[in-house]
Amino acid sequence: MKASPEGVLTGVHFMDGDHAACEGAIAAGCRFVAGYPITPSTEVVERFSVRIPTVGGMFIQMEDEIASSIAIQGAAWGGAKVMTVTSGPGLSLMMEHIGLAVMAEVPCVIVDVQRGGPSTGLPTLPAQADMMQVKWGSHGDYQIIALSPNSPQECFDLMIRAFNLSETWRCPVFMMMDEVVGHMVERVEIPPADQIEIVPRRWTTKKPSEYRAFEPGPDMVPDMAKAGDGYKLHITGLTHDERGYPAMNVPAQNRLVRRLSDKILKNRDKIVDVREDGCEDADIIVVSYGITSRVAGAAVEMARGLGLKVGSARMVVCWPFPDVEIARLSRKAKAIVVPELNLGQMVGEVERAACGDARVYLVDHAGGSVHEPERILETILQAARDAGLGFKTEAERS
Amino acid sequence: MSRSEIRVGGLGGQGVILCGTIIGKAASIYDHKHSGMIQSFGPEARGSSCSAQVILSDEVIGYPYVRNLDVLVAMSNDACHKFLPELKKDGVLLYEEELVSFPEGTRPAKAWGIPATRFAEELGRKLVLNIVMVGFFAGVTGLVSRQAAEAAVRDSVPAGTEGLNLKAFARGYEYGRELVGGAA
Amino acid sequence: MNPTEIMVSDADEKDVDTSRVAPIENPVLSMLRQDRLPHIWCPGCGIGTVVNCFSRALMSSGHDMNNVAVVSGIGCTGRVAGYMNLDSFHTTHGRSIPFATGLRLANPGLKVVVFSGDGDLFAIGGNHFLHAARRNLDMLIVCVNNFTYGMTGGQVAPTTPLKSTQSTMPFGNFEPPMNLPFVADAAGASYVARWTVFHIRQLVRAMKEGMEHKGFSFIEIMSPCPTLYLRRNKLGDGVDQVRYFKEHSVLKNGANTQDVAITATDPIVVGTFVERERPTWLDSRNAQLTATLGDRFVPYGGQNVQK
Repeated sequence: MKASPEGVLTGVHFMDGDHAACEGAIAAGCRFVAGYPITPSTEVVERFSVRIPTVGGMFIQMEDEIASSIAIQGAAWGGAKVMTVTSGPGLSLMMEHIGLAVMAEVPCVIVDVQRGGPSTGLPTLPAQADMMQVKWGSHGDYQIIALSPNSPQECFDLMIRAFNLSETWRCPVFMMMDEVVGHMVERVEIPPADQIEIVPRRWTTKKPSEYRAFEPGPDMVPDMAKAGDGYKLHITGLTHDERGYPAMNVPAQNRLVRRLSDKILKNRDKIVDVREDGCEDADIIVVSYGITSRVAGAAVEMARGLGLKVGSARMVVCWPFPDVEIARLSRKAKAIVVPELNLGQMVGEVERAACGDARVYLVDHAGGSVHEPERILETILQAARDAGLGFKTEAERS
Repeated sequence: MSRSEIRVGGLGGQGVILCGTIIGKAASIYDHKHSGMIQSFGPEARGSSCSAQVILSDEVIGYPYVRNLDVLVAMSNDACHKFLPELKKDGVLLYEEELVSFPEGTRPAKAWGIPATRFAEELGRKLVLNIVMVGFFAGVTGLVSRQAAEAAVRDSVPAGTEGLNLKAFARGYEYGRELVGGAA
Repeated sequence: MNPTEIMVSDADEKDVDTSRVAPIENPVLSMLRQDRLPHIWCPGCGIGTVVNCFSRALMSSGHDMNNVAVVSGIGCTGRVAGYMNLDSFHTTHGRSIPFATGLRLANPGLKVVVFSGDGDLFAIGGNHFLHAARRNLDMLIVCVNNFTYGMTGGQVAPTTPLKSTQSTMPFGNFEPPMNLPFVADAAGASYVARWTVFHIRQLVRAMKEGMEHKGFSFIEIMSPCPTLYLRRNKLGDGVDQVRYFKEHSVLKNGANTQDVAITATDPIVVGTFVERERPTWLDSRNAQLTATLGDRFVPYGGQNVQK
């Protein structure tokens, strides 16, 4: 269906990523946000609190991130499209409720504007060091979806997709922003509402007497009902059967936990998004995501200027990990270079998918800024030397 | 690829960030270039001085920060001397001449001063000094067009103050054009 | 309300409406998820009595049962949500109140009742309780206080009386227990009452009052945990504890909540302690936004309501 026109700020704006993310959420139909202030994500909820009273939505600043991350789940069962917004320390507090949202299949979007960590770290400076936490931070086995915008425009565009994915697959979807993307001001174009495709909640069409809250459809996802509609829902974080009733035994655990993972993994072709540029005949491929993909672009250009065949593959969706795509790229290329604003997180996944077909190089960064393009270039050149590829020197080039 | 890097620095309350925002907005929305603005966050943003980095480019901007500063717009003495070391050789310095002073022999070659605060006061509101600086920037550097900058001023200032702000812009713009010997 | 002191006597039992007690079928069976019975609670536990009272309160309240939702945290009382034939949410430990906050605000037509234990609501969830009371969110909080963590095997709770022995206070509790009505009152709750599982009639009435009261309502219910609290402290079984409640309770409506702490020597003060009118969070929000935004304000769900 098309977005409802209320609240869609159609037009060209010069706005930062935090504000663009907020506008994306409103356009996607988000009408309930619970949040707690934390740098550098606060601007998202500040804007929502200003904008939403004239759009018919609700904002509440809760007493902490634990409360925020579960208030939105209550609101989702109340019928709203929901979001919470945070950064590292707040994300750590939310972990138990990531698990609840996975287990109870609650559609919700969680924005993480990443800053340097661990602990209080660098509140006002960027990092990409929460990538593994969002995937593995809650206990138990599960899958989530995570998107990595690299510009304010994408903060808007991917926010629409984040809501659509969470409604489609009924799982928490993370918007993995970072301080730079969140605070950078750029041109953001918001299309008219009738050009924004949104996925409505998958309300059941069954009568209460026929409805089973966790009976999966053909895509492995159950349809939803909300409180107050006569379905007498029972929702629990305990392992449950298709009625939603606790069923604490091995077959029930096997059936439920496998389905929760499989609904993401077996539908991964409908979710992953890798943007390739010049990878067809590349010897070296730079795999990046989020803000780092912009800096990597500059390094790729420099390397091409030196006569190397360098491709770029940007993971717009980081989870589920695009392992099929990375495996294909690594069979063609001699080396893969992975720059990221951490000491090595997604690079491990790249290595796993590459299976030794291509040598994988990490360009790490402890956080607090973005990479200098020259650092990424150095690693590309090292990879070229290791692979016996010739290239011009800077001197030859100029 | 044509890339221009600008830093606007000054004191909190001088409208430093809005100055950077208007330059970026003029370029990206009205001159149809690429531009990105990042204001200084971090401990310095909580003190008295603040700054904004603006990148203007004909192509998509990769590296988002200033690395090779082309233009420094300094509205305070502290900001001027803090950021002057990052100004590239033959880079352009635009400064509030009644607030900035240079020890003997340290004034860069391409430096243009303007009594922006006094101009703003003459126009009736000291607050519009940042808009005088936007005009001065456009007039001296030509990195954003007059039409684009005026449009950006118009939709960035509070409703009802457009006239005053456009006058402030014109004052800075014309002063700048005269200094560099161009027609106003 | 003036404090009035009356010893609760056997006279109260005459009020029990025996005509409702059918000989074969439990009269509150329709309020329960029969396909989930039998329940997990121990013999002599008071939670079943509380569920019975809640069921009776609901049945006589006139509410459409499709519009009542129960939210629980984790623990023995946390399992109440699983047995009520209502929209019911068994959430995470300590977080039933923020979940209920979201549920209530996103679906303002719902009556939301939070059922949880003393550890869940006042230890791990204490801060949420304070802020929900401060905001005067329109919900009823039913706290079954059994003085211990039952589900995990009898550890010390924020309500465990001094000197009592618990598995993690094996040599006697030296932490002063929390006076729950006082905390609720201080934080801004607009209805505060305490009863015990002996006071069935009063409890049914209090639950109805709490649901009808507009704002944040809190009812503490003292309840026996024979398996892990009473036995460990050689206090007899569930019946002994209920007898103790009966013999040691003093009714004091309007009592100053500072004076109702549970101690080893003082009588148990029961009654309705606080009833005050105060705008709810939602009413305050709507009033403030109407005052500042006028016609531009669109109340929640005013447009684009998801159907």
